[in-house]
Parts: sequence; C-alpha cells; structure tokens
Amino acid sequence: MSSWLSQHGYALMRALRQLAAAPVTSLLSIIVFSIVLSLPAGIFILLENLREISGQATDTQQMTIMLDTVAGQADIELINTQLEKMPAIEGFLFISKEIALQELKQESGMAEVIHNLGQNPLPDAFVINLGHMSANEIEKTQVVAQSWPKVAHVLVDTDWVRKLDAMLEVGRLVVIMLASLFGAALVIVMFNTIRLQMLTGRDEIELSKLIGATDGYIRRPFLYFGTIQGVVGAALAWLLLYLAITKLNEALSELARLYATTLTLNHLSWKDSLILLLFSGTLGWIGARWSVARHLSQIDHESTVS
Amino acid sequence: MAAMIRFNNVSKFYPREYEALKNITLSIDQGELVFFSGHSGAGKSTLLKLIVAIERPTSGDISVGQQNIGLLRRSAIPYLRRNIGMIFQEQKILYDRNVFANVMLPLQVTAFDTKTSASRVRAALDKVGLLNKEKADPITLSGGEKQRLCIARAVVHRPTVLIADEPTANLDSGYARDIMAVFESFNQVGVTVLISTHDTMLLDTTQHRVLELDHGKLVA
Ligand SMILES: Nc1ncnc2c1ncn2[C@@H]1O[C@H](COP(=O)(O)OP(=O)(O)OP(=O)(O)O)[C@@H](O)[C@H]1O
Ligand SMILES: [Mg+2]
Repeated sequence: MSSWLSQHGYALMRALRQLAAAPVTSLLSIIVFSIVLSLPAGIFILLENLREISGQATDTQQMTIMLDTVAGQADIELINTQLEKMPAIEGFLFISKEIALQELKQESGMAEVIHNLGQNPLPDAFVINLGHMSANEIEKTQVVAQSWPKVAHVLVDTDWVRKLDAMLEVGRLVVIMLASLFGAALVIVMFNTIRLQMLTGRDEIELSKLIGATDGYIRRPFLYFGTIQGVVGAALAWLLLYLAITKLNEALSELARLYATTLTLNHLSWKDSLILLLFSGTLGWIGARWSVARHLSQIDHESTVS
Repeated sequence: MAAMIRFNNVSKFYPREYEALKNITLSIDQGELVFFSGHSGAGKSTLLKLIVAIERPTSGDISVGQQNIGLLRRSAIPYLRRNIGMIFQEQKILYDRNVFANVMLPLQVTAFDTKTSASRVRAALDKVGLLNKEKADPITLSGGEKQRLCIARAVVHRPTVLIADEPTANLDSGYARDIMAVFESFNQVGVTVLISTHDTMLLDTTQHRVLELDHGKLVA
C-alpha cells in the first residue's frame, strides 16, 4: 500500500515537474482546453436558463373555452359538469360575458368605446388552469372541449412553448455534437503533447524498460499529466464562463429595469461544474493513455530491432 | 550447485534470415563467473540479451533460476529484469541528470522508499570508487568512470545475476584490471557473473571458465 502510494506520489511529482518544465507550452495547451470547452459549456448554460424560463411559462398554462353567443344557462351547466369530470386539469373559472366586459372596462381605459357599442360583444368563457400538462395532453383536451355543444373556440397558448421546447431539443443536440467533436479534438491535442514528451524522454523510457520498469510505471506520469491538464483547462473554462455570465447579468439587469422585471442568468450548477471537470479530465486521460500505448509499443519494437 | 542459467538448443535469427546464434546449449551454475569471448559479430551481445529477454529466441529453451524465459508473458518481463543487473555495451547513461540519479534509476522503477534508496546508491557508488562524484554531471566522467557508473547502476538493486557486455572495451589495462576486481568481489559474495569480452589479456590471465563463440556457434 505505501509502495503503491509512493509510486503514485512519484508519478504525480513527475507530471507536475513536466508541467513546470515548459510553463509556456503547458499554459498554452491549458488555454486551448479552456477555450474549446467554453463554447459547448457556454451554450449549455444558456439552454439551461432558457429551459428554466420555459418551465416557468408552462407553470401558468391556460386554456380558454369561448362559448357561442347564443349559448344558454343549460349549455354552461353542461360544460361545467364535463370540466369537473376531468382529473388532469387543476381548476377552472367561469367568466360570464358581463364580468368580462366589466374587467375590460377597468383594464384598458376603453370605457368610452365600449359604452358606445351599446351591446356586449364578448362571449361567456371558461378559463382553465392546465397545471403541468404536457403539450400532447393539452392538445387532446383541446379536441375534446371543441366537441362540446355551443363551444365556439378553444384557445391554448402553447404554440410558443412547443417551439421553445423544440428549439431546446435542437440546442441540446448541438451541445452534444460540439462536445463530442471538440472532445475528440482535445484528445488528439493531448495525444500529440504526450507524443512529443515521449520523444524527448525516449532514452529514459527505453532504459527504464531494460532495468525492470513496468508499462504502468512508465505510463503513470503521462496519465497524471493529461488528467491534470484536462482538469485545469476545465477549471479555467469554468472561470471564463463565470466571468462572462456575471458580465451578462449586469447588462441584463439594466435591461430588465427598463421593463420593470427581474432577469438574471444562472451560473453552471455544482453538479454540472463537476461534470465539466470530470469530462475534461477524462479527455486528457484518454489522449495520454492512447498516446503512451501507441508510442510505448513503438519504442518496444524499435529497441529490439536496432 | 544448482544451474542458474540454462540454454537448451537455442537459436536466434534476426530479420533478413541472419542466424546470429546456432543451437546453443550451455549451463552456468549459481555463483559462477563466466566469460564469453569471440570475434566481433560472433553473437556475444545477442546471447546476453536473450537472458534478460531484450531479444527472444527463435527456437530452443532458456531458463533463469527456475523460470523458463520462453514461457514468460510480456507483463512478467520487468520482474525478471529486476533480479538481473545488466551493463550494456552501449552504456546507456542518461546525461540529463547527475551520477547519483543515474544509479538511482533501478530502485526508482521498483518503488523503493527514498531513504533506503539513497543509502543503497551511496553504497554502490562507494563500491566502485565513485562516491566523491555522486553530484557530477556524467558527461564530465572519464571512460573508466563511466563504466564504473554503469556497474554501480547494475548492482544497486542487489541482483543475483550480473551481466556485463564488454565492460572493459576502450579501457587501458590498468583500468580493466580495476573493473575486473570489482566483478570478482561481487562474485565472491555469491553473485553469478557473466562477462563478454574480446580483451585477450583478460582472457589469458583468468582462472574462470571461458565460453567462446564463433559465428553464432559455441566452440569451447
Ligand atoms: N537487431 C539486429 N538485427 C539484425 N542483425 C543483428 C541485430 N543485432 C545483431 N545483429 C547481427 O547479429 C550478429 C551478432 O551480433 P552481436 O551483437 O551479438 O555480436 P557481438 O559478438 O556482440 O559483437 P561485438 O563484439 O561487435 O559486440 C552480428 O552479425 C550482427 O550484425
Ligand atoms: Mg556485442
């Protein structure tokens, strides 16, 4: 156990020394990691924020059933009992044409115009609170309500929610595609970094093998190196995104004040931050592991042939 | 005495059909000191490399201790090499570190703790008379000193077998005698020692067994 620890301690030390030995190169590849990661991570943050906004919107989803102007009390009773039988809806409210007119008068300062109309142009209506119904269920409910007698229109304002959902789905795909593509690029960057290091340290690797070093012993410092660079690159990306969102929020609060609302973007959650670090660390590890495996067998081959 | 190293009908072909060793059969006892002689290209280095599995035989069996080298999996080779000290014909000194760090290397790869390692390295350097040069850059060493550095590196992990490929090449006879004395002293404490050389002076004056190779064949 203590020998296991000292082996890893030694490998970690070598990796850190390697990082410190070429600080500019190390810093540059860490920056490459952070820039490449911040694009998909940044898009991800914006999507998460959009998702939250759309979630709030679906919380207050409403459906409005407008009745025919000739609908009588019996028709209203019928719809009332039908709605009561629907367990999926959270509640509903009947708004008679008189009350609607009253509200309209108070709200918009159109009292004069309405007064001049002489006759109430508004229909009786039910306003239904749909709660957390899915778009599909909403559509079904809408069709059912449409079939009731004396129903003129059933209005649901879910179109934009649908569009937003579809957009979020596309966005999610874009993030996955970018993350895979850029992830592959980072693996290749690490592959090459380690390749150059192994070329430089070739004599030592060759000799170490001849005097009893296992592949694991040779591999380990490079794996630490790759993982550390990945994790530090991700940490830097996180910092860049944190600063960018803080800056954006300053601008947004200005904008929101003009509209008398509040609007702030959330930062990456702790869980997602951890995933970012792990993801990037794993990429570094994979690149290093792949490179060592490949170049170690090459060294093996060449050192016995020559 | 039990046999430490055994070759049974071993042949080695290098690519392009060159047969470097032909049907070698030999046995070396534990604690023995043996010389391998022969012209340049006779196959001395090849034979020694087979023992540490740097080269693998084309046919035949080789055993070291109780282990059959031919049956060794790739992952087991490092552990074979940890029981053997090897002095390479081409030295393989690392010039990016000092003498001490060079000698430390075999202990480093086997995860020795640092304190024991340091005292072992000093003991090995002392044995070859290089203790005063432990901090020196190896590039500043003379030919004989470099060779002694290689010996220290080969014995620092206290192997049971010591293999030296042309350890006295390019050294004048005074130096060569010094180095031979070091090998003798290891042999005296029970280490099996194999030395390849074409130094006739050395071969003529020795009382140890000499195995001669000629174009890949064992002739004596
Ligand atoms: N990797 C290799 N590939 C092809 N041929 C090789 C290889 N290594 C050695 N040989 C050939 O095998 C023969 C034996 O070589 P070896 O190095 O064993 O000779 P040696 O007795 O050690 O010679 P020297 O005294 O010059 O060191 C030589 O003819 C050499 O050219
Ligand atoms: Mg040779």
